[in-house]
Amino acid sequence: MTDDELIWRISGGSGDGIASTSQNFAKALMRSGLNVFTHRHYPSRIRGGHTYTEVRASADPVESRGDGYNFLLALGDSFARNPQEEAVYGNEEIKPLSENLDELREGGVIVYDEGLLDASEIPNFEERAEENDWHVYPLDLRGLARDMGREVMRNTAGVGATCALTGMELDHVEDLMRDAMPEKILEPNLEILETAYDQVREEYDVDAPDVSVPTGEHDETQLLMSGSDAISYGAIDEGCRFIAGYPMTPWTEVFTIMTQNLPKLGGISEQVEDEIAAAALAVGASHAGVKAMSGSSGGGFALMSEPLGLAEMTETPVVLVEAMRAGPSTGMPTKPEQSDLEHVLYTSQGDSQRVVLAPGTVEEAYEQSRIAFRLAYEYQIPTILLYDQKLGGELTNVPKSHFDRDPNPDLGKTLSEDALADEPHSGDGKFHRFQHDVDDGVSPRSVPGQKGGRFLATGNEHDPTGHISESPDNRVAQIDRRTQKLEAIRADLDGEDTGSYAGPEDAEYGILTFGSQQGTVEEAVGRLNEAGHSVKSYGVSDMLPFPTEQVEAFVESVDEVLVVEMTASGQFRGLVQKNLGRYGEKLSSLLKYNGNPFEPAEVVDGFEAAIVEGDGDASGHQTTFVPAAGD
Amino acid sequence: MSTFSAIGEEREIDRDEYTPGVEPQPTWCPGCGDFSVLKALKQALPEVGRTPEETLLCTGIGCSGKLNSYLDTYGFHTIHGRSLPVARAAKLANPDLEVIAAGGDGDGYGIGGNHFVHTARENHDMTYIVFNNEIFGLTKGQTSPTSPKGHKSKTQPHGSAKEPIKPLSMSLNAGASYVARTAAVNPNQAKEIITEAIEHDGFAHVDFLTQCPTWNKDARQYVPYIDVNDSDDYEFDKTDRVEAQEMMRTTEEALYDGEVLTGRFYVDEDRPSYGQEKRAIGEMPEEPLAERYWDDDYEWERSHDMFLDKHA
Ligand SMILES: Cc1ncc(C[n+]2csc(CCOP(=O)(O)OP(=O)(O)O)c2C)c(N)n1
Ligand code: SF4
Repeated sequence: MTDDELIWRISGGSGDGIASTSQNFAKALMRSGLNVFTHRHYPSRIRGGHTYTEVRASADPVESRGDGYNFLLALGDSFARNPQEEAVYGNEEIKPLSENLDELREGGVIVYDEGLLDASEIPNFEERAEENDWHVYPLDLRGLARDMGREVMRNTAGVGATCALTGMELDHVEDLMRDAMPEKILEPNLEILETAYDQVREEYDVDAPDVSVPTGEHDETQLLMSGSDAISYGAIDEGCRFIAGYPMTPWTEVFTIMTQNLPKLGGISEQVEDEIAAAALAVGASHAGVKAMSGSSGGGFALMSEPLGLAEMTETPVVLVEAMRAGPSTGMPTKPEQSDLEHVLYTSQGDSQRVVLAPGTVEEAYEQSRIAFRLAYEYQIPTILLYDQKLGGELTNVPKSHFDRDPNPDLGKTLSEDALADEPHSGDGKFHRFQHDVDDGVSPRSVPGQKGGRFLATGNEHDPTGHISESPDNRVAQIDRRTQKLEAIRADLDGEDTGSYAGPEDAEYGILTFGSQQGTVEEAVGRLNEAGHSVKSYGVSDMLPFPTEQVEAFVESVDEVLVVEMTASGQFRGLVQKNLGRYGEKLSSLLKYNGNPFEPAEVVDGFEAAIVEGDGDASGHQTTFVPAAGD
Repeated sequence: MSTFSAIGEEREIDRDEYTPGVEPQPTWCPGCGDFSVLKALKQALPEVGRTPEETLLCTGIGCSGKLNSYLDTYGFHTIHGRSLPVARAAKLANPDLEVIAAGGDGDGYGIGGNHFVHTARENHDMTYIVFNNEIFGLTKGQTSPTSPKGHKSKTQPHGSAKEPIKPLSMSLNAGASYVARTAAVNPNQAKEIITEAIEHDGFAHVDFLTQCPTWNKDARQYVPYIDVNDSDDYEFDKTDRVEAQEMMRTTEEALYDGEVLTGRFYVDEDRPSYGQEKRAIGEMPEEPLAERYWDDDYEWERSHDMFLDKHA
C-alpha cells in the first residue's frame, strides 16, 4: 500500500450526482498532473440505494482501483430521507457512512454531511475511528448548500471540503465547473465551493493535511475516458457510421455515445424493437455497403445468436460488442463478471467462424475496437468485442496522442464496378461472390446497386454464385475456405501485438488473465516482485483465434501459472487448456464472482496462498482457488 | 456516382433479366401459389422501371423464402422471420435501392411478428409481400397464424383453438401507409397491386393469398374473389383510416366464411416515409450513406478532432 496516492471515495444515493461529481473531480486531479482511475459501484436502482465511486490519483501510473481507500466523503442519500417515508428500506440513511468503513485505510479521513447523517447511529463509530486513527470531520454540507443555493449542491460543498483537507488548489475544479455548468447554477456552485473550502481551512487548522494530494506532471495532454468512450471512438475512426441497438446495461453506454455522435457525422443510429432486429439491421446495413455495428449484454446477445450465424454464413462483415455483467439470465445488471466468455465464443449453431477480442484497458479498448472493424471488413467475418461493466464504466487518463490516427473507412475486399467487369470474378456471366479458391479465404464482394455484381447472400449453404447448394464437394470447399480465414487472421493479429506483458521475462511464476482484470494483475505483479517473488503476467486479448503459440511460450517459460478471472467456472482457464491441449498440471485458478472486480491485494494474497503456501486459502477475501489438475 | 451505376439506369428492361440463367429451376410443388408472386414481381419491376441490379430482395425462410433463388436481383435470403430488419437497414444505408421484402405467413406474422409491427409503425419506404397460404409449407403442414380456428394438423390434432391473426388490420393499426390484399388466382390484379406497392413511398404491405396444394388441400383456392375497389357492393374510402379499418375487418372475417375480398384497403400518400422523417430531424444524411465509402474526396472525420476536447 502506497501513501503517495489519494483514493477518494464519494458515497451517497443513486441519482444524487455521485457519478458526475466524481467524474469532475477525477478530471480536476488529472488536470493537476496526476494519473487517475475511477471505480463505480452502484445498485440496480434508479433513485436511492447506496452507491459510491472511487477516484484513485497518483503521480505514478494507475491501472486499477487499488486496495481500499483513504478519503471518504459521505453524503446523505436524499432519497432515503425523502418525504415518501415508505420508500425507505432499512437504515439507508446511515449507509453512506456505515457501509464504507470496512475498507477505509488506517489514518484515513472521513468527511460526512452532518446535515443528513448521524454518526452516533453507527455502532462503535468512535472506537473504530480511534483504533484506526481516522480523522473525522462532521460538516453541515447540506445546510451550507441550502443556504447559498440548492440542497443538491452539497456535492460541491463536499468537493470544497476535500480540497481544503487535502491541500488541493481549487483552480482546476473551478475551471471545470465553468466549462460544464450553465450560468444560472455556476455562480452559486462556485460560491458554495469556496465557502466550504474557506470554512474548513479556518475551522480546522489544516496546514499539514492528514491525507494529501500528491503532485505530478504530464508531459502531454491527457484525456479522461471510459472503456465505452474508447470503443465508440475507435469505431468512429474506423469508419463505422451505422449502429442499431436495444438498451441493456452496461452495453447501453456505447449505444448512447454512438447515438449522440453519429448524426453529427452523417451516420445513422437506430433503436429498434429487440436485439434480434438490432443485429439483423447491422447485417443489412453492412450488406448494403456501410460499416455497421450492434451489441448488447448477456441476455440481449443471446438473442443475437441467429443473426450472428447469418453474418458468418453470408460472410457479411459486422462488429458486435458484448458488455458482460454478472449472469445467468438477468443476473446482476450493474455488476461486472467475465462469464459470458464461452457464450460469445460458442453461441450460434454449426461450425462457425468469428473473431473475439477482449481489450484489457481503456487504451486497448480504442485500439481493439479499430482492429475489430478492420478484421471484420478485411476478412468478411463477424467480430465480437468482449468487455465488461468494469472496463466499460471506469474512467482513466489516456494521452491524447493515442487517438491521433488516420481514419480508415476502407470496406476491405469490396470490388469497384470496373473490377467487377473483369474476370475472374465472373463465370457464366455471373458474379462469383463466394469463390472456392482464394488466398486467405476471402472472396471479394460487391454491394447492391453495383453493376455486374448481382448475387444472392443466403444463410443456407451455397455455391460460388450464392445459390443454395447441398453438394458435398461444394460444402467442403466452402467450409474450408471460411475456416481458412481464421488462420490468416491469427497471422495478421500476430503483427498487432495485442497482448500485454508485465514483470521480469525470466520470472519463475506466471499469471494469466484477460480483459478488465489485466491492469489489476499487473499492479499485483509489481508488488509481488517488490516483495521478493519472481512473477510475470500475460494479459491475453485475442480469445478467437487464440494466440496459442504465445500462451504456450509463456506457460512453458515458468514453473506454475495462476489464471485470474471473474468467473465461477474458470472459463478462461478452460479456453487456455483447450487451445494448449496440455499443461493442465501447471495451471491453477484464482476466481472471483461476487459482483466486484479483483483488487490488487486479492491477487497478491491469492498468489501467495496458491503458489507459495500451496493451500490456496487467501483468508479474508471472497476469492476461490481451484488447484491444478493432478494436485 | 459511378459506383452504383445500376441505380436509376433508364432503359427497356426485359422480364427475363430477372430469371437466373443457370440453375435452379423452382423446387415449388406444381400448382403452388408462390409461382404467382414470382410472376407478378417479374411483371411489376420492369413496369416500375427498376433493374435487377438496383433491386434488393430480402426474404425469410419457408417455401416463400425461396423466391430469391428464382428472381435474379441482388438478394438476401435471411433467417426465419428476419427479412424486415435486414431490409430496413439496407434501405437506410442506401435509400436509392429498391428494397422488397417477402416471406410466408408463419415467417412474417408469426416468428417475425414483432418486426412486422415495428416496420409498419416506422413506415419504411419498402414493399413487403406476405405469401399467405394459411399453413407452414416448408416444414410440412403445421398450423400457421393465419390458419382458421379449428384447423387440424399434426401439431394441432384437436383443431386449433386460436382465432387467426388479422394481418391487414395489424399493419394498418401499426402504421403502414399502403395495405392491400391480392390473390394468386388473379394475376392481373396481383401485378397492378405489386406495381403500386413498389411505387408507393412508404411501407406497402401486400397480403398475397397463395394456395398450398400440398399441405393445405382443404384450403379454398381463393375463387371466386371480389375486388372491393371494383365492386359496387363495397363502398368505402381507402384513404380514410376509419373506413379502411372497417372494410378490413369485414374482409378478414369474410375470408374464413369463404368470401375472398381483395384490393387496396388503405392508401395514405401523405404520410412521410421513415427515411424522410429521419432526414427532417437531422438523423440521416441527405446523400446515401453507402455512397460515401466510394467517394475518394470525402474527408472522414476523426474522433481526435471532434470529440476529444470534452475529455481533456
Ligand atoms: C428459428 C427457426 N425456427 C424454425 C425454423 C423452421 N421453419 C422453416 S420454414 C418454417 C415455416 C414457414 O412457414 P411460412 O412462413 O408460412 O412459409 P411457407 O413455407 O408456407 O411459404 C419453419 C417453422 C427455422 N428455419 N428457423
Ligand atoms: S409445400 Fe406448399 S407452399 Fe411449399 S412449395 Fe409446395 S405447395 Fe408451395
